[in-house]
Amino acid sequence: MRKIKLLLKHAFLMISSLICLFPFYWMVVGATNLSKDITKGTLWFGAEFMNNFRAVQETADIFQAVLNTATITIVQVPLALLICSMAGYGFEKYPSKTRNKLFNVFLLTMMIPFAAIMIPLFNFVFDVGLIDTKMSVIVAALSNTFLIFFFRQSFKALPNEMIEAARIDGASEIGIFFRIAMPPMKSTFAAGFIYAFMKEWNNYLWPLLTLQSSENRTLTLFLSSISSAYYVDYGQILVSVVIATLPTILIFMTMQKHFVSGILGASK
Amino acid sequence: MKKTQNTVNYNKYGWFFISFAMLAFILFTLYPMIESLSLSFKVLRDGEYVFGGLTNIKRLLGDKIFHKTIGNTFLFLAVQAPLMLMLALVYATILNAPKLRFRTFYRTAIFVPCVTSLVAYSVLFKLMFANDGIINYLLVNLHLIEAPIFFLNDPFWARVVIILAMTWRWTGYNMMFYLAALQNIPAETYEAARVDGANAVQTLFKITIPQLKPIILLTTIMTTNGTLQLFDEPMNITGGGPAEMTTTMSQYIYNNAFVYAPNFGYSVSMSYVIVTLVALLAFVQFKVGKD
Repeated sequence: MRKIKLLLKHAFLMISSLICLFPFYWMVVGATNLSKDITKGTLWFGAEFMNNFRAVQETADIFQAVLNTATITIVQVPLALLICSMAGYGFEKYPSKTRNKLFNVFLLTMMIPFAAIMIPLFNFVFDVGLIDTKMSVIVAALSNTFLIFFFRQSFKALPNEMIEAARIDGASEIGIFFRIAMPPMKSTFAAGFIYAFMKEWNNYLWPLLTLQSSENRTLTLFLSSISSAYYVDYGQILVSVVIATLPTILIFMTMQKHFVSGILGASK
Repeated sequence: MKKTQNTVNYNKYGWFFISFAMLAFILFTLYPMIESLSLSFKVLRDGEYVFGGLTNIKRLLGDKIFHKTIGNTFLFLAVQAPLMLMLALVYATILNAPKLRFRTFYRTAIFVPCVTSLVAYSVLFKLMFANDGIINYLLVNLHLIEAPIFFLNDPFWARVVIILAMTWRWTGYNMMFYLAALQNIPAETYEAARVDGANAVQTLFKITIPQLKPIILLTTIMTTNGTLQLFDEPMNITGGGPAEMTTTMSQYIYNNAFVYAPNFGYSVSMSYVIVTLVALLAFVQFKVGKD
């Protein structure tokens, strides 16, 4: 009886794992085969990856899209981490009633759906002349309430005595932040990095509104547009999906522990 | 005397550290939020937005398509959210057994879908469920169906595909929350239950679920919040079709602002419906979760 139960458990988990992994497998199989073979139900790897890739590049500039997403992410993520970690530190280590109230305002707005602010935000970005620029995507997510909250929680673990000691030694307040407070927070920054990276790399709705010209479009916009084209080429689209997914998979494989905590927003 | 001076000094630094975030927050969150309130009362007249009183609200009450999109969104919420959260709980309870073989493999496999971007996995599912996609190929060749099902053009199946896709993407994510919380339940608690002769179902309902209540509440609120804003998946899997069967509220707002003849005032007033619903549901869930 026990054995049967265990067997059933494994069967259930095996089938579940298979369902979860199959789309990844099919994506790679599809990227390495020609469209006509994919529709015939090929389930084994082919040798057409480079041909598919060249074909995408001819139809639409995927290089440019990768470059755009990479540029936005590389500029935005470190800036957001810096700004939000500073804010978390400020809220936690310089307590004041006014700032605490302000922090609550930040938290309250966390539940506001993006749809509710996107139109005035669009108008604003248009008025200041940032429409259809990478800058419009970068600036919109610089302050992230979740990240601020996350950093604030983590700075709670930093003993105030350490800050006091550094002050007695004559360190400046800003110097204390960079030299005393930041270094022990490596895993917090790693988790925060993953959270911010995933958010930016996968950002879709906001770029869809602001980045209107094809030279500026990001990888998500690129994917969305080639997959809704009239003529659908499986090989080309799947190559693009692989390219879009590869960086996040690599990050997942190299920093698995931080990845889970980053994506769940837990500090452990 | 010196102390006061110091406090003032520190206070200044407190403001300095939060100033950048505050500036960004005011410009890109707070200001649009306040602006949207006034915009929601404005109507377009001769290319200008002028105050229109309750015009938008009246239109909203009579907009059949908008009502349909609310219905669609709630259908996704009512079917997909419980299905996914229960499944996540089941996986978590099974995988919490430390001696289970291949435990790490199963956990990774079930979690890995949430590494994909929403657009990328939506596109992938669109191709898999296409008329000549792999799912139809497999179903036909395994003789489960006779002819391909036009999943994405069929009002019923289009919804099913979106629900399946979301469940694929998010179950592992929620499972991780439950797994983390389960580790805080001491093994002795389960041991005691086993000694008292409790079976698996009793253990689940009498120990696991009550202990996980806060985290179940958290995942429910997050899922509700996410589903009410659902956009990327229907946009990229079905395009909202067929015949608005899968169009969500966010998508309809987007269409009204940027696809059809743009009407920002009306779109913003619709977005307030989402705000209200998110707040209301979070409040209800919080109340229910606390009891």
